[in-house]
Amino acid sequence: MKLEFNFSGTGGQGVILLGVIMAETAINEGYNALQTQCYGPEARGGASRCEVIISQDEIYYPKAQKPDYILCLSQAAADKFAKGLTPDTVLIVDSLIDLVEDPGTEKIYKLPIVDTARNKLGKEITANIISLGAILEITQLFTKEALLESVLDRIPKGTEEINIQAIEAGIELVKNWNENK
Amino acid sequence: MSDRSKLVDKYFRTENLPHIWCPGCSHGITTRAIVKAIDDLGLNPENVVIVSGIGCSSRAAGYLNFNTLHTTHGRALAYATGIKVSNPKLDVIVITGDGDASAIGGNHLIHACRRNIDLTVIVFNNSIYGMTGGQYSPTTPHEAFGTTAPYGNIDRAFDLVKLVEGAGATYVARGTAYHALQLTNYIKKAITHKGLSVVEAVSSCPTYYGRRNKLGDAVAMIQWMKDTFVEKRAYERLDEEQRIGKFPFGEFVNIEAPEYTDKLYQMINEVEARHEAGV
Amino acid sequence: MNKKALLMQGNEACVRGALYAGMRFYSGYPITPSTEIAEMSAVLLPTVGGAFIQMEDEIGGIAAAIGASIAGKKAMTATSGPGFTLKMENLGYAVMSEIPLVIVDVQRGGPSTGLPTQSSQADVMQTKWGSHGDNSLIVLSPNSVTETFYLTVEAFNLAEKYRTPVVILTDEVIGHAREKIILPEPGEIEIFDRLPPLEDRPYRPFGVEEGDKVPRFAAFGTGYRYNITGLYHNESGFPSNSQENAKLMLERIHNKLKDEEIIKYEKYQMEDAEYVFLAFGSTSRSAVAAVNELRAEGYKVGLFRPITIWPSPEKAIDEIASKVEGICVAEMNLGQYVLEVERIAAGRTKVSHLGRANGDILRPEEFVNHAKEYFNER
Repeated sequence: MKLEFNFSGTGGQGVILLGVIMAETAINEGYNALQTQCYGPEARGGASRCEVIISQDEIYYPKAQKPDYILCLSQAAADKFAKGLTPDTVLIVDSLIDLVEDPGTEKIYKLPIVDTARNKLGKEITANIISLGAILEITQLFTKEALLESVLDRIPKGTEEINIQAIEAGIELVKNWNENK
Repeated sequence: MSDRSKLVDKYFRTENLPHIWCPGCSHGITTRAIVKAIDDLGLNPENVVIVSGIGCSSRAAGYLNFNTLHTTHGRALAYATGIKVSNPKLDVIVITGDGDASAIGGNHLIHACRRNIDLTVIVFNNSIYGMTGGQYSPTTPHEAFGTTAPYGNIDRAFDLVKLVEGAGATYVARGTAYHALQLTNYIKKAITHKGLSVVEAVSSCPTYYGRRNKLGDAVAMIQWMKDTFVEKRAYERLDEEQRIGKFPFGEFVNIEAPEYTDKLYQMINEVEARHEAGV
Repeated sequence: MNKKALLMQGNEACVRGALYAGMRFYSGYPITPSTEIAEMSAVLLPTVGGAFIQMEDEIGGIAAAIGASIAGKKAMTATSGPGFTLKMENLGYAVMSEIPLVIVDVQRGGPSTGLPTQSSQADVMQTKWGSHGDNSLIVLSPNSVTETFYLTVEAFNLAEKYRTPVVILTDEVIGHAREKIILPEPGEIEIFDRLPPLEDRPYRPFGVEEGDKVPRFAAFGTGYRYNITGLYHNESGFPSNSQENAKLMLERIHNKLKDEEIIKYEKYQMEDAEYVFLAFGSTSRSAVAAVNELRAEGYKVGLFRPITIWPSPEKAIDEIASKVEGICVAEMNLGQYVLEVERIAAGRTKVSHLGRANGDILRPEEFVNHAKEYFNER
């Protein structure tokens, strides 16, 4: 088993932390994992991308070659990565994003991640943890408990409750998408 | 036996003498003032570290029988910072020149002052790059001559006292090779002062600065110091006209402020204790 | 009990390794992509009673670290790109005055300010030749987070054992990547401390006692008053202009690093290899992936990975050069280490270069294509 993830968005959306938590959960669950990031000089507002490779075997080449899962949280990220994909790639995008006519795959999840973060949880910064919940539900890669453990390890004290809600919200978004498809 | 030769026997690596300084150079007077200060204070030589940069004055380190470190050009204060932080019980004295301290090492100088780390800096200021043969330095007076200022120096000179005072040094004094007794006293106070102390030791370079600027021989240059430098309190009593062509020497800053290694180890000890307690 | 596997960034592994080896002083200046090494040192050093200082510039960063080492502490500084260039002057000082010191260079794209957030291996010649004069030092290149930890421990050990600066030459990919690591327990890896002066004879600060590899080291303030200088010096440490002395001293500093135990490398699929990739650091990971792919297709390829970059693994490369049909030196630059390999191979085998310097790590398919091209033309 070897899975490649490409998480992208705008600096400040927390896509790198998202990747770190994915990789950490994978390691806690006995996999090998490798996380890299690609970023510009801006700490906030620039394009931000993070890749995670999860594998049962050694990981040599450290970058994703053909991502199995692509998550785009900003239009700019989608313009760059949500195109020319192969049919087996799973594409997860925020519902505010306009996709090109044919991204190459039909395995698309358009989820109101940013809207949920902003309006339901009241904190836009939770978009990355909502995304984690969604990815968990889509991939079924880990147990919820395993993911939660890594999330709680990496977030500031006092934000446990909202982050647990964010995971649940992400899982819900995918369930709703599947039901209404 | 004279007092001088006793100091030489006690503190110099006599096997490394004679020194490289030109006849008439006043660096020997300043070096002696440092050694005399150390002797008067009764410092344990094993705990004395002399750090120098590059230049004529910086060669002093090698002749002195302490822990001596002759570093790279301008960097003496950065090396000294690493030593002092690693072992705060050492008495770390930095010997440097005007070019070493205020040109290539200017950044280290102002930041050592800013930190107020307990180092003693003695700047042998002869207003010229002597080791390389007489180029103008940041303390060469405006319109004076150097081999690289053949038509007169168009730069303006640093006032080292004001520079280090502005940067945060907590003890600042200026002495001259002529006023050797006072110079020794300033160095003693600088060494005992807790914090970053700077003593500017006005020196003479008859070989390069003196000849190029037609200031006469070594004796004439020392005489010039005598005639030109006025003790600070007396200088302050002079009116504007009387001050023309005169410079003050004396103590300019002597204040107490938190010292860097004290603050650093206070923090380290607190963090370490918390860590060991598992907090 | 199985020890817990952690997710750790390469730069953090470097700091953890340094602390494991006994680092008690860090001084540096912030620069991408090495800054996390300074940040982690600032967090962790005080927890073990060690000192962190952010200096006023890169030069001060290395100078203070050398000062700390002279005062008896194990010291490290880290930098990248332009910062490494600024450290060259005092790197040479540490070589000349034989001060144990670890310098980390997390390579980024150059020249000049270049590509601060992207990777490169274009400092490989600078590590050896960047400081003026005939510089001899040790350079180690890790290719993973775990190896960054272990090689940092090794770097401190070698610095202490050989009284020399040791450069850890990593890059943005390895420095910033997070991957699995299982940290060793204290005591699991042997830690070497510089040898103090012998009590039964006068101390010669720069004289080598019989049976020793290098002069013994007395920290300032421990009762041995002597001089250290960047000038050529005699055994007492006093400057010497003697050409005879200069010759002997430089040769000694150069020859002390000819010890074979310094040289480390790794061979992968080399037994029957006809064509060999030579790659180090992050690039070697792409090479392993490519070797696996090519082997699956029946191509007899292998990988030679220098871990000690300088001194170069000359004997091992020499042996390969006399055995294989071709060597492809792959590196993220326009052709640097290939020159060293060409020198050693001396025409006995075809040496080619596979390189790029645009911030992106070489991809496995580039290796595969390069090798296939060779086999097709054969």
